[in-house]
Amino acid sequence: MNHERIVGTAVPRKEGHGKVTGKARYVDDMLLPDMLYGATVRSQIPRGRIRKITFDPGIPWSEFVIVSAKDIPGKNCIALIGDDQPCLASQFVNHPEEPILLLAHPDRHALQKAVDAVSIEYDLLPAIFTIEESQRCSEVVWGADNIFKTYRIEKGDIDGVWSKADYIVEGEYSTGAQEQLYIENNGMIAAYDARQGITVWGSLQCPYYVHKALMALCNLPAEKVRVVQMETGGAFGGKEDYPSMIAGHAALLAIKSGRPVKIIYDRSEDMAATTKRHPSRTRHRTAVSRDGKILGGEIDFTIDGGAYATLSSVVLSRGAIHAGGPYYWPNVRIRAKAVATNAPPHGAFRGFGAPQSIFAMERHMDRIAQVVGLSPVEVRRRNFLKPGQTTTTLQTVREPIELAKLLDRALSLSEYHSKKKRFSIENQSGSGKKGVGIAAFLHGAGFTGSGERYLSSVVGVEGCADGRVRVLVSSTEFGQGTKTVLCQIAAEALGLRYEDVTIAQADTTEVPNSGPTVASRTVMVVGKLVESAARGIQQTLTLAGMLGDSYSADEFRAACQSHVAAHGELRSWAQYEPPPDIFWDDQAYRGEAYAAYSWAVYVAEVSVDLSTYSVSVNDFVALQEVGRVLHPVLAVGQIAGGVAQGIGFALYEKVIWQQGRMQNSQMTNYIMPTSSDLPPIRVFFEELGNVHGAFGAKGIGELPMDGPAPAILNAVEDALGLPFDSIPLMPEDILEAITARSAASESDVASEVR
Amino acid sequence: MISSLQDRGKSEISLTVNGERKTLLAFPMERLLDVLRQQLGLTGAKEGCGEGECGSCSVVMDGTLVNSCLVPVLQAEGATIVTIEGLAAGAQLHPLQQAFLECGGAQCGICTPGMILAALYLLNHQPRPSLEEIRERLSGNLCRCTGYLQIFEAVAKAADRRTATSS
Repeated sequence: MNHERIVGTAVPRKEGHGKVTGKARYVDDMLLPDMLYGATVRSQIPRGRIRKITFDPGIPWSEFVIVSAKDIPGKNCIALIGDDQPCLASQFVNHPEEPILLLAHPDRHALQKAVDAVSIEYDLLPAIFTIEESQRCSEVVWGADNIFKTYRIEKGDIDGVWSKADYIVEGEYSTGAQEQLYIENNGMIAAYDARQGITVWGSLQCPYYVHKALMALCNLPAEKVRVVQMETGGAFGGKEDYPSMIAGHAALLAIKSGRPVKIIYDRSEDMAATTKRHPSRTRHRTAVSRDGKILGGEIDFTIDGGAYATLSSVVLSRGAIHAGGPYYWPNVRIRAKAVATNAPPHGAFRGFGAPQSIFAMERHMDRIAQVVGLSPVEVRRRNFLKPGQTTTTLQTVREPIELAKLLDRALSLSEYHSKKKRFSIENQSGSGKKGVGIAAFLHGAGFTGSGERYLSSVVGVEGCADGRVRVLVSSTEFGQGTKTVLCQIAAEALGLRYEDVTIAQADTTEVPNSGPTVASRTVMVVGKLVESAARGIQQTLTLAGMLGDSYSADEFRAACQSHVAAHGELRSWAQYEPPPDIFWDDQAYRGEAYAAYSWAVYVAEVSVDLSTYSVSVNDFVALQEVGRVLHPVLAVGQIAGGVAQGIGFALYEKVIWQQGRMQNSQMTNYIMPTSSDLPPIRVFFEELGNVHGAFGAKGIGELPMDGPAPAILNAVEDALGLPFDSIPLMPEDILEAITARSAASESDVASEVR
Repeated sequence: MISSLQDRGKSEISLTVNGERKTLLAFPMERLLDVLRQQLGLTGAKEGCGEGECGSCSVVMDGTLVNSCLVPVLQAEGATIVTIEGLAAGAQLHPLQQAFLECGGAQCGICTPGMILAALYLLNHQPRPSLEEIRERLSGNLCRCTGYLQIFEAVAKAADRRTATSS
């Protein structure tokens, strides 16, 4: 029974007015008096020792502020999980975009010429660029063996399963790097004074990540570092860790010059130097029974982390845990590995490892179907996880999810069966071949394993002097609707009007650490804390005798006003406590990996043009169970936007690498989908609810990134009868495969004739 | 008027922005985008790529949609320019702004000013566009958040409302 008034309705975005009128303030819209502009001198080689730096005498260097590693007051690292990534290279460089020097000048147009006028001589060292080269260890570029992290997930007796198998199905699948391509490039402004310390304003997802990094870099105590998030023009994971680097650079220039410094990347620098999705390779070997049931399997999942460890260990963890998809594996061994290469470090991007391993799983399910002689639909139906069964990490499915029903509904919404029949006839003639493909998947909400326990997030809610309520979180808005949904939750919890609730700017001097805005955790985990902190305000007012058991919004407001007038600041805090039935064993990598999962079945319809070899997605059905939908318009927006990025991941977005450097770092030659490239994306929800999230919500943001790529490639195989196991799938790949097939069939004919 | 050393090489440019006549000094090849943002303080136009691919810097100049990052300011001499700041009438949002707000057409908001101006240009030329026309005519403005669907909805809704009020 739903009797909520605000949750579940499409209230206007809190910051929407500013966004549609152009008044919203992004970091590049901000100017400070006496501000300098900063730029970065980067390595031009993938790996080597810095021998000599020369400054061209044609530049008036005295006008510039120049910072090198020697100017760093604290530790020369970008503190994150480990501290291996330097802020500025001092002796060695390990990738071609590594920062070495920083320059600042009052005229930003003077900077590029100056950057170009710095010559750096190196002793070159051999470099490696692929997962294969890294694993061969012909060159060790990181640690003792190029390995950032490994995990092993074991369930049952995998070694005993092969002899019982009717079929053993093998496959290898790979995914390329993908650029987040938020439309607002990265940027930061820093200001320093000896008394107050350092303040940065910027485009970022995680204020307290930047805060931690600046404390270490600048050797300052917590209270002398202030991080303020400006309106942020898209992030998608791409503003999770790299903003700490840029904030560090701006801070070093500000400390040395004594003036505020703004660093705004242009598109090319942003694409080439900042993080992208980890390239991956997944190998499946699966034991299958005659009736298409998975008996067990081995999954080797490997990602290319680039030159430094950064977030690779956690990306790997999520990828490994999602590698088995939404299926029941009686026996499984998942070996996961993140390896080093001499590319700029790869980082967070919506889905965080899961889109890579789920691409492999869902392509592999179609391969299993073919080998066994079942339809892609039937093989999935026979292997779906059911409530009461356990996942690969031995987590018991407690949610009442019925994946077979979800699948049926998706097939019906997409008219899958009738299309399949129609295309098999139509494809016999003409130069356009059509196909349909499906993908079934899940996505865990919140930090993996013990992550939420370690984070121990804190949220505040404040009763204000005007009687309104203000939410205090470091969770950031960058398009998803964080501010809107958290205000809805507080209003709902307190029985207030949506307009009676506001939210503080994410400024570390104002808000507690509610954790990073990542991992589809904001609505579910932070939202639940907001609900509980909000109820704390109500309890205080009730205990003070200012509020009855039932009250109107106006009575609440009056009570809040009186309480603040009488007693001063009125604040309530809530801290994350792990649910009692959630247990995770970090050593064995076993247990409740996530408090809740969202589930989905996507169906793609494609056509392949045999004169241009291009693939168009003609129709896309996205059906998911995400718990309670708290805001219908924002939820559809999350799914449609994620599907669009997934279509780009599958068919358009190819990073061209040369010696570890991105060659196509422009919107002209790195192609994301435009409005005329996308099909109608039809979004549907099932709402089962969830005990762990605010008002029954689960995570939603990352889920839609997981399914489109495999659904599309499955549809391409349906259209052409050719399997493609690597993305992005470009027209030239299709041309090559079709040419190879024709050549093979001609030589068959030739040998028959002979 | 050209007095200081710093201004040597600059030209006097006159243009009308959001109904107000402005006269300023700028290097002839300075980008219109920079002049709008830095000299006139109109920061609604955004730089996304600097090469005319993304459309975040779109403004309407003499009735035509342009990427202001590709327009040398000299070319804007005597021109009439509409930026996002010129759309709302006081507190009253333009129907397109209102529809973007209601339909979820703005997520992170960085492409929104350019997208709304591209939609305005479309509706000025085609008051009742089909979905296919909206898809085609907005394809010069990139949005990474929405998958465009809610933007199409917003444009269609604004078109409906505008024709309803004008009929």
